[in-house]
Amino acid sequence: MALYTETVMDHFTNPRNMGEIKDFDGAGEVGNAKCGDIMKIYLKIKDNVIEDVKFETFGCGSAIASSSMATEMIKGRTIDDALKVTNKDVVKALGGLPAHKLHCSVLAEEAIKSAVRDYYDRNGIAYEKKDFPDCEGCQACRMV
Amino acid sequence: MTVYADNAATTKTSETALKALLPYMREIYGNPSSLHTLGQTAAEALFSARKKFADLLGCKPREIIFTSGGSEADNQAILSAAAIGEKKGKKHIISTAFEHHAVLHTLEKLKKRGFEITLLDVHCDGIVRIDELEAAIRDDTCLVTVMYANNEIGTVQPISEIGTICRNRGIIFHTDAVQAAGHVHIDIASQNIDMLSLSAHKFHGPKGVGVLYSKSGIPLVNVIEGGAQERGRRGGTENVPAIVGAAAAFEEAVGNLDKNAEYTSALRDRLIKGLSRISHSELNGALAPRLPGNVSFCFEGIEGEAILLMLDGKGICASSGSACTSGSLDPSHVLLAIGRKHEIAHGSLRLTLSHENTPEEIDYIIDSVIETVERLREMSPLWHDKCDGKKPFEL
Repeated sequence: MALYTETVMDHFTNPRNMGEIKDFDGAGEVGNAKCGDIMKIYLKIKDNVIEDVKFETFGCGSAIASSSMATEMIKGRTIDDALKVTNKDVVKALGGLPAHKLHCSVLAEEAIKSAVRDYYDRNGIAYEKKDFPDCEGCQACRMV
Repeated sequence: MTVYADNAATTKTSETALKALLPYMREIYGNPSSLHTLGQTAAEALFSARKKFADLLGCKPREIIFTSGGSEADNQAILSAAAIGEKKGKKHIISTAFEHHAVLHTLEKLKKRGFEITLLDVHCDGIVRIDELEAAIRDDTCLVTVMYANNEIGTVQPISEIGTICRNRGIIFHTDAVQAAGHVHIDIASQNIDMLSLSAHKFHGPKGVGVLYSKSGIPLVNVIEGGAQERGRRGGTENVPAIVGAAAAFEEAVGNLDKNAEYTSALRDRLIKGLSRISHSELNGALAPRLPGNVSFCFEGIEGEAILLMLDGKGICASSGSACTSGSLDPSHVLLAIGRKHEIAHGSLRLTLSHENTPEEIDYIIDSVIETVERLREMSPLWHDKCDGKKPFEL
């Protein structure tokens, strides 16, 4: 049995939306180099809709696949829809991840939220702080 | 195309070993402890395998104990030496920070039993210092256990010097020679080695069989209790086919050692040279003395498991000391022991060659690794931050 599902391998080998958006409206980075995972998501937002999204990831195969899948899941969706995407949704869409790789999907969820929060901050939009993860200290890494 | 470059993990069983072991599956399948002719024929094969190992290692056949592998041999050697020390009130053991877990975890176990463990620094070149060993020796030191060559970075330790020091001080010296046996010359007698572990599948023998050499007069503690096999030092019916195959593989490996080492180290140097062209990368451990087949690199800004997956997609079998490949938070203790930062250790790649690799394969590996590193760096925000000067380069 292979370590990863075909979907994970497909998103790892042919990542969707990989790259940088220079004139982004919101960008978020989670994880840290010491733990071996950094995920960065860039958003281009118009009328509350995510018009474009790109990601950059330093990490293992499942981290790259999780970011690619997460960007696919929020592209063209409203911000509210994007905020509803959970790590479980990412895992499901990938057809599953090994137990010790689940934290990669958590990073993907947190990267989306972190990018939206950045958009809110830049535009003076009020939000509930508790709805957004505090990425200081790398929550995801502690899940391993 | 499949390029196998993970020979430190395991090797392909050689034709010679396979041919030697097959008759012991369905023809001479007797139990060597049985009285009948079929059993006694197997017992003869067992003795002849034991003698082969003894002759090639420079010891007596009765000093060879067959085990299930290198890990069991390490466990038994260390626990036995500790038991001897304990009886004399000597409960201090010296080892190194980058031993295999079969050694380190056994030492952890002994620590809970009140032993004091000193782990020698292996410095950034991955080699222990003789003066530091001498300084660490105490009156209550009962064992020095230092691996012959490291499994991840391939650096070869000054075994003869350590042997001399231990012999002069009357301290048992064990070496985990799992990566070295069959690849570098070992002579137990002249190197003053008291105990040595090896594993057949690292030199093109079958899996599931190892050897513990233990000098006459050292009483052994059983790890496996059972019958009187191995002169009562290791219970369980001997794995005759694997043992016969192991002896054949060892004879072949030692017989061709100089030729294979010369050929393989030329491939190794070609690979090191090729990979050194990649910016912000570095060879792990000293270039020499190094196992003929070992190439271990760290590439800054990327993660090892992703490298392995991408190389696997190109048909290249390799390994990494990244945390993601181990399922734990921390990257390889070996890379941390030579002073690599976590971030850098995550980006490690180990390629281990054998005499079966070809120069064409090496060139294919070089091209593939260069392509993979470029591709992953393109995806990496960490790499971009370093290139933009937001974070410093480490390598």
